[in-house]
This record gives sequence, C-alpha cells and structure tokens, in this order.
Amino acid sequence: MYRILKKEILAPKIKLIEVHAPEICSHAHPGQFIVLRMHEKGERIPLTIADSDPVAGLLTMVFQEVGKSTTELGTLNEGDVIQDIVGPLGTPRDIRKLDCVICVAGGVGVAPIYPEAKAYHKIGTKVISLIGAQTKDMLIFKDRMEQVSDEVYYSTDDGSFGHKGFVTEVLDDLLREGLCPDEVVVIGPLLMMREASRVTAKYGVKTIVSLNAIMVDGTGMCGSCRVTVDGETKFSCVEGPAFDGHKVNFDELIARQRRFLAEEKLAMEHYLAGAGGCKCHQK
Amino acid sequence: MSSKVRAQRHEMPKQAPDKRIKNFSEVTLGYTPELAVAEASRCIGCPKKPCVSGCPVGVDIPEFIALIAEGDFLGAAKKIKEKNSLPAMCGRVCPQESQCEAVCTLGKKGNPVAIGALERFAADFERLHADPLAEAQSSDLSMGKVAVVGSGPAGLTCAAELTKLGYKVVLFESLHATGGVLRYGIPEFRLPKDIVDEEVEYVKRQGVEIRLNVLVGTTVTLDELFAQGFDAIFLGTGAGLPYFLGVPGENLNGVYSANEFLTRTNLMKAYQFPEYDTPVSVGKRVVVVGGGNVAMDSARCALRLGAEKVAVVYRRSRTEMPARLEEVENAEEEGIEFMFLSNPVRILEDDKGWVKGMECIRMELGDADDSGRRRPVPVPGSEFILDVDTVISAVGTNPNPLLIRTVSGLALGRRGNVIADDETGMTNIPGVFAGGDIVTGSATVIAAMGAGKLAAHGIDEYVRTKNGRGM
Ligand SMILES: Cc1cc2nc3c(=O)[nH]c(=O)nc-3n(C[C@H](O)[C@H](O)[C@H](O)COP(=O)(O)OP(=O)(O)OC[C@H]3O[C@@H](n4cnc5c(N)ncnc54)[C@H](O)[C@@H]3O)c2cc1C
Ligand SMILES: Cc1cc2nc3c(=O)[nH]c(=O)nc-3n(C[C@H](O)[C@H](O)[C@H](O)COP(=O)(O)OP(=O)(O)OC[C@H]3O[C@@H](n4cnc5c(N)ncnc54)[C@H](O)[C@@H]3O)c2cc1C
Ligand code: FES
Repeated sequence: MYRILKKEILAPKIKLIEVHAPEICSHAHPGQFIVLRMHEKGERIPLTIADSDPVAGLLTMVFQEVGKSTTELGTLNEGDVIQDIVGPLGTPRDIRKLDCVICVAGGVGVAPIYPEAKAYHKIGTKVISLIGAQTKDMLIFKDRMEQVSDEVYYSTDDGSFGHKGFVTEVLDDLLREGLCPDEVVVIGPLLMMREASRVTAKYGVKTIVSLNAIMVDGTGMCGSCRVTVDGETKFSCVEGPAFDGHKVNFDELIARQRRFLAEEKLAMEHYLAGAGGCKCHQK
Repeated sequence: MSSKVRAQRHEMPKQAPDKRIKNFSEVTLGYTPELAVAEASRCIGCPKKPCVSGCPVGVDIPEFIALIAEGDFLGAAKKIKEKNSLPAMCGRVCPQESQCEAVCTLGKKGNPVAIGALERFAADFERLHADPLAEAQSSDLSMGKVAVVGSGPAGLTCAAELTKLGYKVVLFESLHATGGVLRYGIPEFRLPKDIVDEEVEYVKRQGVEIRLNVLVGTTVTLDELFAQGFDAIFLGTGAGLPYFLGVPGENLNGVYSANEFLTRTNLMKAYQFPEYDTPVSVGKRVVVVGGGNVAMDSARCALRLGAEKVAVVYRRSRTEMPARLEEVENAEEEGIEFMFLSNPVRILEDDKGWVKGMECIRMELGDADDSGRRRPVPVPGSEFILDVDTVISAVGTNPNPLLIRTVSGLALGRRGNVIADDETGMTNIPGVFAGGDIVTGSATVIAAMGAGKLAAHGIDEYVRTKNGRGM
C-alpha cells in the first residue's frame, strides 16, 4: 500500500502525485518507470518516474487523464492509497557527459524528460530544452525545466506562449541554423516522436525516443509491449522504453496503440455511469 | 468385488460442455463421497506399487486410496500431505496419465484407477472439513533467514519446507499476486483461485512473510539481500519469457502471446471486464498455435470469452501433444477444432493493421529429434489459409533473464536456464539455490514443487555448515 503524500494539479487534467517508496527510489535511474495498480479491480498502468528522492524515499509521478485508469487516479487525494507499485522498471538511460543535448518534450512528456535533463545538467552537459503544449495553461514543469536547462524554447499549438506551432518546428529551425547536439532526446505523443525523428534524420543527429507501448506486467513476461526496432521485435518494458528513434517502426506502434480502443471507450463509459460518478470535470 | 466392476473407471461429474463454455467456473465437479469410495475400491493394492514410483514425489498412493475406500477421508488427505503439500492443486493439474496412472496395474487393461481424481477428492474434503488452524505451526524460526524469490509452486513449496526446518523465510514476488503460473496462467475453470489462495494462506500461517511487488534484481539486488542478513537465497522465478512464432505479421493487432492472453484473462480478470479494468479482445475466429497445456488453456479461455470458432494448430500429431490428456478431451468436447501436422508460415493483415488470416503449411513426421519425438518437416507446396482474426502463440517460454542477468558469474545452460545441483539445488554461487522452471525450462507443477523441497533441504545443510551447527 502506498499512501499519497502530496498531490498537485499542474494543468487541466495533468496531475502530480508523490508517494513514499524508498526501495524504488534508492534504485531508480533516469528513463525508468513504475507500474501501478490502484486497487483490486484496477489495471496495471505504467508511469515514468518523474522524480525520486532517495534520501526521503519520495517517488513523484505525473500523469495526464486520458482514459478510465488515469481519470480514476486523478480522483485520489492526499491520504488515499494506491494498492500496488512495482519498479523501477525498464533499462536506465545511458547518461554520460556530452557537449550538448536537446531535450524535446510534448505535453505531459515534460515530466518524464525532466529526470534526464536533470541528470545531463548535473554532469555538465549543455541542455537545450524545447517544450511544446497545446496552450499556455497546459505547460507543466516550467520552473523545474528552466533550472536544469541552459536554454529553453517554448511552443504552443495556439501561439498563447512561445512559438506558435509544433515543437518539432522549433527543433527543425535550430538544427537548420547549425546547432549540432550530440543527442536529441524526445518524449511525447507518438506522432510527435515520429516527426521529431524524421526531422533529426535529415541532419543525421542521434535521437532517443521513449516509447509508451501498451503494457501489462512491465517485467518482460507477456510481450504486450513489443515494438519493432531495426527490424527486430523488442519488449519495450525490458529493453526500452528508450530506443533509437531512427530505427523504431512507429507506424506499427501507432496501430498497436489502438488495439483496445473499443474496450477503452467502454471502460470509460462504464466508469462514468458507475458509482464513481463524474468527478473528473469538477477539478 | 467382481472384476467387471473393477474394469470400469468412475468418471468425475462435469459441467455440460454447452453450459461450461459460457462461464469460468470449474469444469470438473469432483467425486461425491460415494463415487470416491467406489473408485477407491477398484484399487487392487498390488504389492509392487508401480504408481508410487510413477509419482515424482512418491506419494503413498495405495495407502491413501485404501483410506478413502474405508471412508477415512481426512486420514487419506493426511497421508498424501506427508509427501505432497499441495494435493488440491496436483489432483487437478498433474499429468497423471503420464505419471502414476500410466503405470497402474489396472491400466494394462486401459482403465487405471483415477488416482488424480481421488487425490483431489481427499484434498477437497479436507479443505471443507478440517480445521486449518489445527495444523502444526512452526514457532521457532531461529535456524536462519532465507529469501525465496518467486511465489510459484517451487517458491511456495521451498518456503513452506524451510519453515518446517526452522527458518525465517521472506518470499518475494514481482507481481501483485502470489502463485506464479497457478495464478496468471492456469485458468479458474481448471484451478479455482480459492485453492491457490488457501495454499498461500497456509504458507503464511507457517510464518512466511510475503512481499509482493518486489522485482528482485531491480527493486532489491541479491547482494543487498545477503547484506540484509539472509543466509541463503532460493530462485524460483519460472520460465516466463514467451517465444513468438518468428513469422511475418506477428506484431499485428490480434496476435497475442499466450502469456499476455492468459495474464490479461486470469491474473487481471479480463473475463469480468469492464467490472475489472483490464481488457482483452477476442475476435470471432481464433487460432491457437501449440500443443501443450498453455495452448489448451488459451483455446478454452478464448471460447469462454465469446469466440465463435476456436482452432488449435499443432505441428506434430495428436500422440505427441504434451498437454494433459484430460484437458485435450475437455477441449474437444467443448468444440475446439484440432489441426495437426500444420504450422504457421505468416499472418495476414487487413488494411488497418489487424489480423485477417493465417497461412499454414502441412507437416509430416520425420526422424526422432533429441526429445525423442519425431521431427516435423514441412510438405512443400501444401500451404493453406485459415480465416481467423485472432492468433494466440503458445509455442513455449524461456527463463526470464531479468533477475539472472543481474547476478554476475551465475552459471547458465544453453537456453538461459540456471544450472543447479541435482542433489542440493545449489547454483555455482555459494548460498544461491534455484529450482523449478527456471532450471528445467517449462515443466510441471509437481516437478517445481519437488525442486523447491529439495532445495529447502540443500539450504538447510548449507546454512548449518556455514553457521557451524552441523547436521
Ligand atoms: C513506459 C511508459 C511510461 C509512461 N509514462 C507516463 C507518464 O509519466 N505520464 C503519463 O501521463 N502517461 C504515461 N504513460 C502512458 C500511460 O501509461 C497511459 O496513459 C495509461 O496507461 C492510460 O490508461 P487509461 O486507462 O487512463 O487510458 P486508456 O483508455 O486505457 O487508454 C488511453 C490511451 O493510452 C494508451 N494506453 C492504454 N493502456 C496503456 C498501458 N497499459 N500502457 C501504455 N499505454 C497505454 C492507449 O494507447 C490509449 O490510446 C506511460 C506509458 C509507458 C509505456
Ligand atoms: C498456461 C499454463 C498451463 C499449465 N498447465 C499445467 C498443468 O496442467 N499441469 C502441470 O503440471 N503444469 C502446468 N504448467 C506448467 C507449470 O505451471 C510450471 O511448470 C510451474 O508453475 C513452474 O513453477 P515455478 O515455481 O518454477 O515457476 P512459476 O510458476 O512460473 O512462478 C515463478 C514466479 O516468480 C515470479 N518472478 C519472476 N521473476 C521474479 C523476480 N525477479 N523477482 C520476484 N519474483 C519473480 C513470477 O512473477 C512468478 O510468480 C502450465 C503452465 C502454463 C503457463
Ligand atoms: S509489458 Fe509484458 S512484456 Fe512488456
């Protein structure tokens, strides 16, 4: 049982929670995630470790409400409990001193990219962060990212903050102007990661994406999370979630993300119709 | 009793096929006391007791059957438990037809005593009628401290045996629930989860501390466990890594590994979706590839989840199928179609990334391979297409490398399995023991239990020597 010690609403439908999980925190590295199950009937959902404090044993997760499980998770408050959390899972990112990295994050992807930016910053790598959101209200982790970045560029779809348009356009501009980072790290929606990889391929810049394949156990025993990378099947919960963006078969993954669309819709309807009621719009 | 009566084996009552394919309740209903006594009375008590040597843990079969025949059902259960601590499970899932019942003297006339069904009867009777708290509990756990990793049959048995030997045991499990394959693989209709729960409760009552959601090697490493004061560690992490078919189209929507399909269905209870949150989608026409228990379980789950037609494609013939005979018969009764000597070549895609068919090729049996079974070879030009929308791959599993690869220097076999000593269960690393599927590759519940028990004694000897207590 993991009690929620802190809850923050970062943006509409984007929430941060913190739990006490000392064993996970003392083994966590950037790029890793946990799988949680809220209660007896819950599904196992993966969330990236957005921050971990090994001394205090505090584990931070940030999630966006996109369906039944994340919406229900959003109704939990400080003092409520999450039944199961297992981790840290996935292969830690290989973070070593480089001259310059660009961290490109879209939407809720800012939270999972933060530990990586922080780790690079700490060892003296120049970090340039590009952060995209639909609109100004949806920008999260702004202060945190500014603390660990040498430069930050913003973009919003509606132009309410920073560049008007997609964050991948900012990336393209910077690379075209001659910026040449050792590595570009991209975390966000699949379409954005695909586009970012296409952009960086033009300039031949190494690109790491973090895939959000549908998972069950998260420990390599089911293959639900399999993706094709460089023509080979990989289990993203074990060998990923980070992979070379130029080698990922995004189209296959995009199709696989739609495997349970009908059931996801049904689950949401069932939830909203049920005793839980529709609390989601009150927040 | 006349020899005519002896010749007839009493079958267990079952749910009717047309009814049971609509629910996940247990298929076989078990003997009534009358049927059990009648079946037990068929045993001729032959002096050579071939059945005992056919049992991997040497249960005193004729003795417990005689007790049932006398109506002493609790006595029979006690007798079994001298050798086998999980009889309610073994009675249901052991491949009796290739173990005890295969060598039963009455079997020579094709009608062995229904040993498995009797074992199950005695165990169920005890579950319903005996006071669980009356069982002896181990109170003094001062011999040492042991970490058991994995709560499948190997880990559970090892933990229970160690407490009997006076050890404090902490059992670590990476999933949110105990039982290993018993929980996530074998469906409710074959092994009710109440029974798994009860066995786990028994292990807890013995003083074993269970810690769920701990992926050993990652959440805590073996070195850290030793540093925390554990005298020895038992690895019973199973063979949970699924193979895929290795044919084009295996990542299409509608293709599952049996592990994913069964985990969603059984562990996550997707058969009660949307009451439970985890979905599983099964199409109208399902094909399962493989011929073992995993394939039978997948096929029968698919049927119960609403598939209209379910077929099993297996590359050898019926006689080579490794699945338990009873389950093959049950599957046939339920209307599952078997296509022997066939193998998938590729999975066909519709225009939206979903399965729309599977191309297979006919096989014929050639010479025997290292497993002694005749090797299937494709018949050129015999390809054919199955009209299916869901494919479940049940073609085998390997040991999960997650923990293994964090243990530097651990000796591994060819298929990534851990090598453990036949007599002690110890690996090449002092204090690290292993048993069950992680050592043998996918095998049986009873073999995993046997390995857990053997390792418990190996651990006892090791810790005594280490702590200078002698034997
Ligand atoms: C390694 C990894 C790390 C992740 N980290 C974060 C994070 O830090 N913050 C965050 O907001 N989200 C994260 N996600 C995505 C998050 O797990 C899903 O949004 C969540 O499972 C959706 O559940 P739901 O019931 O609310 O929505 P659903 O209605 O089930 O699904 C909505 C969408 O989420 C996707 N999805 C569904 N189930 C899963 C699943 N089990 N795993 C992955 N995706 C799924 C589906 O493609 C679907 O389109 C991560 C995913 C992975 C694989
Ligand atoms: C679908 C199916 C049907 C079967 N039917 C039969 C049958 O009818 N009869 C029969 O005799 N056999 C059957 N078998 C085989 C039998 O179930 C296995 O041989 C047996 O369960 C092996 O036991 P085990 O304890 O070695 O491993 P498992 O039962 O696999 O248990 C291993 C446990 O270890 C956990 N684990 C793994 N890694 C870690 C880690 N790093 N840290 C913590 N925990 C970890 C796993 O989550 C799992 O719970 C079947 C198998 C399957 C898959
Ligand atoms: S989620 Fe099951 S193998 Fe990756």
